[in-house]
Order: sequence, then C-alpha cells, then structure tokens
Amino acid sequence: MMAARDLARDAAPQILPLRLEGVGYAVRGQPLLHGLSLTIRSGRRLMVMGANGAGKSLFLRLCHGLIEPTAGRRLWASGEARAEAQAMVFQRPVLLRRSVAANLAYPLALKGMAGPERRDTVARTLDRFGLAPLADRPARLLSGGEQQRLALARAWAMRPQALFLDEPCSALDPSATLTIEAMIEGFATEGMTIVMTTHDLGQARRLAEDVAFLHRGRLIEHGPADAFFAGPETPEARAFLAGDLIW
Amino acid sequence: MKQTRRVILSAASGLALLAAPPAAAQAFITVSSTTSTENSGLFGHILPIFTAETGIEVRVVAQGTGQALETGRRGDADVVFVHARAQEETFVADGYGVQRFDVMVNDFVIVGPADDPAGLKQAPDAAAAMAAIAGTGASFASRGDDSGTHVAEKALWEAAGVEPAGGWHLSTGSGMGATLNTAAQAPAYALTDRGTWLSFRNRGPLEIVFEGDPVLFNPYGVILVNPARHPHVKAAQGQAFIDWIVSDVGQAAIASFTVGGEQLFFPSVE
Amino acid sequence: MDSPFATAFSLIASGDAALMQIIGLSLRVTLTAVLVACAVGLPLGAALALAAFPGRGAVIVAFNALMGLPPVVAGLVVYLLLSRSGPFGSLALLFTPTAMILAQTLLILPIVVSLTRSVVEDLWAEYREQLRSLGASRLRAAPTLLWDGRVSLLTGVLAGFGRASAEVGAVLIVGGNIAGHTRTMTTAITLETSRGELGLAVALGIILMALTLALNAAAWGAGQWARERLG
Repeated sequence: MMAARDLARDAAPQILPLRLEGVGYAVRGQPLLHGLSLTIRSGRRLMVMGANGAGKSLFLRLCHGLIEPTAGRRLWASGEARAEAQAMVFQRPVLLRRSVAANLAYPLALKGMAGPERRDTVARTLDRFGLAPLADRPARLLSGGEQQRLALARAWAMRPQALFLDEPCSALDPSATLTIEAMIEGFATEGMTIVMTTHDLGQARRLAEDVAFLHRGRLIEHGPADAFFAGPETPEARAFLAGDLIW
Repeated sequence: MKQTRRVILSAASGLALLAAPPAAAQAFITVSSTTSTENSGLFGHILPIFTAETGIEVRVVAQGTGQALETGRRGDADVVFVHARAQEETFVADGYGVQRFDVMVNDFVIVGPADDPAGLKQAPDAAAAMAAIAGTGASFASRGDDSGTHVAEKALWEAAGVEPAGGWHLSTGSGMGATLNTAAQAPAYALTDRGTWLSFRNRGPLEIVFEGDPVLFNPYGVILVNPARHPHVKAAQGQAFIDWIVSDVGQAAIASFTVGGEQLFFPSVE
Repeated sequence: MDSPFATAFSLIASGDAALMQIIGLSLRVTLTAVLVACAVGLPLGAALALAAFPGRGAVIVAFNALMGLPPVVAGLVVYLLLSRSGPFGSLALLFTPTAMILAQTLLILPIVVSLTRSVVEDLWAEYREQLRSLGASRLRAAPTLLWDGRVSLLTGVLAGFGRASAEVGAVLIVGGNIAGHTRTMTTAITLETSRGELGLAVALGIILMALTLALNAAAWGAGQWARERLG
C-alpha cells in the first residue's frame, strides 16, 4: 500500500523547491509584506516565527496561493502558477457540516478521484490516524483536538508534497498538541515538506529543521534551526528568543 | 427574443405535463358566469345532468358580470352566462360574442334590517324604496364592482333620482356574499338576487323588505364567445351546451332546482 | 351554528370526496410550487452570493423587495401572461392547476432567493479560505455551501410554503376557483365565506392550519435532528 502511495506521489511533478523573489504584499497601498526572498527546500521542516502581526499568516497564505503577491515572484519548481500538490491546515479548521468520513472524501472528489479509489483512500486515512471509530460522527461535534486531527488527516489524504500549517496547536491543550506534533513529524518522515507558523518557542525547538524569522513584514533571518536557536544574528530575534516583547 | 419565448414555452409545457391532473383527458368547456349562479348551487344541480348526457365537462369560473364578460372578451372562456342585458348586447355587437340567448330569470330583492328603519315595506315601487333609503340616512351596502347586480342597482338609483354617494352608501367592491356579510354586520340595506339570498346562511338581522316590482326582473343570457375572434374557442361543445340549456330538458333542469323548497330560477325560453 | 371545530372534525371523519380532492389539489399545487421555486431559487441565490457582477446590489434589493409582492399582483401578472389574449395564451394554461403553480412559484421565489443568498454569503465568509485551499472553485463551492446551509435553508423554504399555502388572491385569479378542478382550501374558504357559510369556512381554515402545523412540525423535527446530528 505504501509503495502505491509513494508511486503516486512520484508520478506528480515535483513542486519544490518554492522560490520567492522579492515578494511583497500590499492592501490598498499599505505594504504588509516586503522584499521577501527565500527558497523553501524539499523535505525540510521550516518554522516561520515572529511576533504577533509580523506577517506570519500572510506569508503562509501567500506561499499557499490564497493571496497573490503584489510585488515580486512566487515560483514553484513544477512551473505551475498555483501548485496542485500542496495543502494547508488552518488555526481553526473549517470542517464541513457532514460526517468525518465525508470530510475526508470531499477534497478527493474535488481532485476528481474516482469513487472506489476515494473510498479506499478514506478508509486508509481513517485507519492510519485512529479516526475509524469516529467515521460516521458529525465533524462539527468533535472535540477541538479531534477536529484538528481530522483537519490534518484531510490534508494528508490529499497527498501534498508541501503542507502549510498556520498555528495548528494554538487552541489546543498539551496532550492534543503532542498528538498533532507527532502527526506532523510522521508526515515529515514520509518526505512531506512542512512549513508552519508558531509562536510557541518550545514547539519550534521540537519541530524545526529550518527557521524563518519575520519582523514587521520583513524576513530578517533564515537558516538552519540549530544555528538560529544557538545564536540569532539580529537583535530582534535575540529579544524574541529571550522572551522579550518586541514589535 | 423569439428563442427565449420558445424556451419558456417548452419549459412551461413540461411543467404543465408534470402538473397535469391524473384524470383522463375529457372534453370540457370553460364557462364564465356570475357568483349568483354558482353560489346558489344552480350549476351543481344542472351541470351533472348535461355532462351525463353529452360527456362534456363544464368548468365554471364564477366572477362578477363585468369580469365574466372581460374573461370572454379576452378569449379565456368558451361561453359566458351572465345577467346584464345591455352589456351582453354590447358584447355581441362588438363582435366578441356570436349571439345572445335568453335562458332564465330570477329577481332582485331588497334586504334590510328586520326593524326596517327606512320603511321599505310600505314602499309602492322599487324606485320609491330606494329613495326612502337615501332619504332617511339608513345605510346601503353596494357591490360597487360593476357586476350585473351593481348595474341593476345603479339603474334603480337613477330611477329614484338619487346620487348614491356619501357615508351611507357602502361600496364593498366585492361579491354578493361578501356584500351581504357587510350588510348583516352594519346593518344595512342591500340589493341582492333572490338565489344568493335564499342560499345565504349568515343573514343576521336581515330579511326581505321589498320585492315584486317588475323592474327587479333579472334576465340571464348565454352567449358563445366568437370563434371568429378567438379561433381556439370550442365552438361545437360550447354551442352544444347552449343548445342544451335552452332545450326543454335544460329548461326543466333549471326549473327543478330549489333551495329550501323554493324555486330560484324560472325558464325564460318561450 | 355548530362549533367550527366539530364541523372540521366531522368533515374529515366523513372522508368527503370533494374535501379530499380540495386538500389534495392544495398540497399538490403548493408543494410543486415550492419544488420549482427551490430548483430555480437555490442556485440563483447561491449565484447571487458568490458572483460579482455590475448591478448585483440592484438585483439583491429587487429580490428583497419582491418578498413583499402582493399575491393579487402576482396573480394578475400570471393572468395577463397566460390569458388567451396574452403572450402565452396558446398554452391554454389559464384556469388550470399549472397556472396556480406558476403564480405561487412567483410568490415563493423571492423568499427562497433572498434567504439562500444571505445563508450562502454568511457561510462563504466562513468557508472561503478553506474551500479554496481544498481546491474548490466558486462554482464548485456553491453546492457545498447549499448543502452545508441546509438546516437554515429549510426555514426559508418553510416560509415560502407558508406564504403559498395561505394565499388566496393569486390562485383565485389564475385558477378561477373551478369546482373539482382548481378549487383549493383557500379559495373554498373564500367561497364559503361569500355564501355566508361561516362555520364551514372556519372549519376549512382549521383543517388548513392543521395541515400547515403538521408540515412545520415535521420540518422542525427534521431540522432539530439535523442540528444534533451534524452540528
């Protein structure tokens, strides 16, 4: 089964690395992101960090293609304007008012996956994430942790090469947070590229391979996590890591 | 534009099929008539006899005479069956109808509160009765809807030399029954055909206070809508209905209709 | 005069064929009108919520205003269209149940469209990013939003049903209140009132209310069930 899955992923065009070249985003002439240039490499776990309002969520939406840059270029390796093989999990996932299984099936149907294969994928996803007992439950009535687990499972079932996560644990208790982190690590082990925002330093240390640090809409540090946590180059990052309030 | 029309037409026909009654397709004609004939129950009595004899179903749309004639003028009925002689003659003269036939008569009566404040029970004739109402300030409930009854009422006011205007003249703008309901409430006098009155249940304090003047004579006519003007008119079946209703059998059916043992309509074919 | 309730009860108990025919026709006409209004109004309302085009605001305001369309006017419009002297006279639909369905559809449609637009617009605000992320186009989002808004939409459909089943002005004009053919509960009530048979009229009104009550109770129950099941 795993072999078939990997085969399918290999068959899709490689979308990574994703290159941003001088990307900016402005609303009514008000710049919110500017001069972002970086390359998101395949198979890495990138944590996007920064204070509230630094532009982390916007950055993620811009990469994912929910908003378009007003300056610069966003280039997927596959040459697609908006890469197909990507998914995103939101801070508060929107689950459809239907069963858990139907929530998993929905994006697969959108991708045009045929009925039998779709049912197969849904069953496999339910099994893999321990959701099988909840399959027929209405998704909206699950606990917060279960809902986020379903949102991640839904993203996984879409077989993305890149997965964007926007503060996926900010509304969860510690045990649910651990479950979600374990899922994310599992995805990474399978070779999925992870781009995630968090303001939880402990979580960032646990999950990061690379770090991008945003400050007031600018990317001021970007590199391997070890180096960032050991010795940040900018005073803003140093203050952030020290737990000082910065803005 | 033409194409749009065609699309709408075919969509509507589809809908028509969807909504078609399960009953087998049967020959039917549409008769626009007056509330007085329908409400009295006359049609319920005579139409089954006609349908049993001919296999033609008769669908009666009961309206005020003015509206019933308009329905015929627009070609939405095959036969009109009303009581407003002058208007009927105009209808035929203008080419909307083929020919008018006398069918039957009933009469108008004036109803009013039993204590009769305007003293109509002593009136020598209909014009005097109407003048009495206007003179005493008692109320009068009028159809006000250009129906046959309303037309007759206006003729009576004219004969009485009274301008029907002012707070005492309540124009209901509705059917005979609704007007009688208003009169019973007010209470007020009202002009009504005897048929509607006899089958009317909500009389309250009302009773007949004047009747019998020959001017209250109320002739009904039946007219085939002119197929030369409206080619879709079911002329053969419509004429069959007219032929039947003026025949001995049809006239006998009209004569045999009674309410509370009283005959309402009197055959008028010589 | 007997109590109208007693009259209503004995009418139903007797299983009077004419009454059953009238009830059957009323339900057939109104339910068909609701069905047609939904078939047209749900997609139209969703389109109004999701599409951006010049004059959209005017269309929305027009549909909102049409919710107050007097039934008599709706009836007159359909009458003039379907009359033999009107543009669609050749269809011979005047004084038929189909004409009544058309008139009632005209009455219900604005309610369905306006409510659908409002429900779908609210849901779209909530779902927009997620659906785009999952790969749904606006066109594909429309059925999703309609389905997810089904409990709220049911309320609007019921309001439409209520308006249609209660109205008399439109069906009287375009149906003609022909005995055994286009006589519905409401036109029968009008007729019995005009005959001074007030007890019978009220009895018919009680039966109509009982039917409406039963349908609303069923819909409310279904809505509650769905709310509990689907969140």
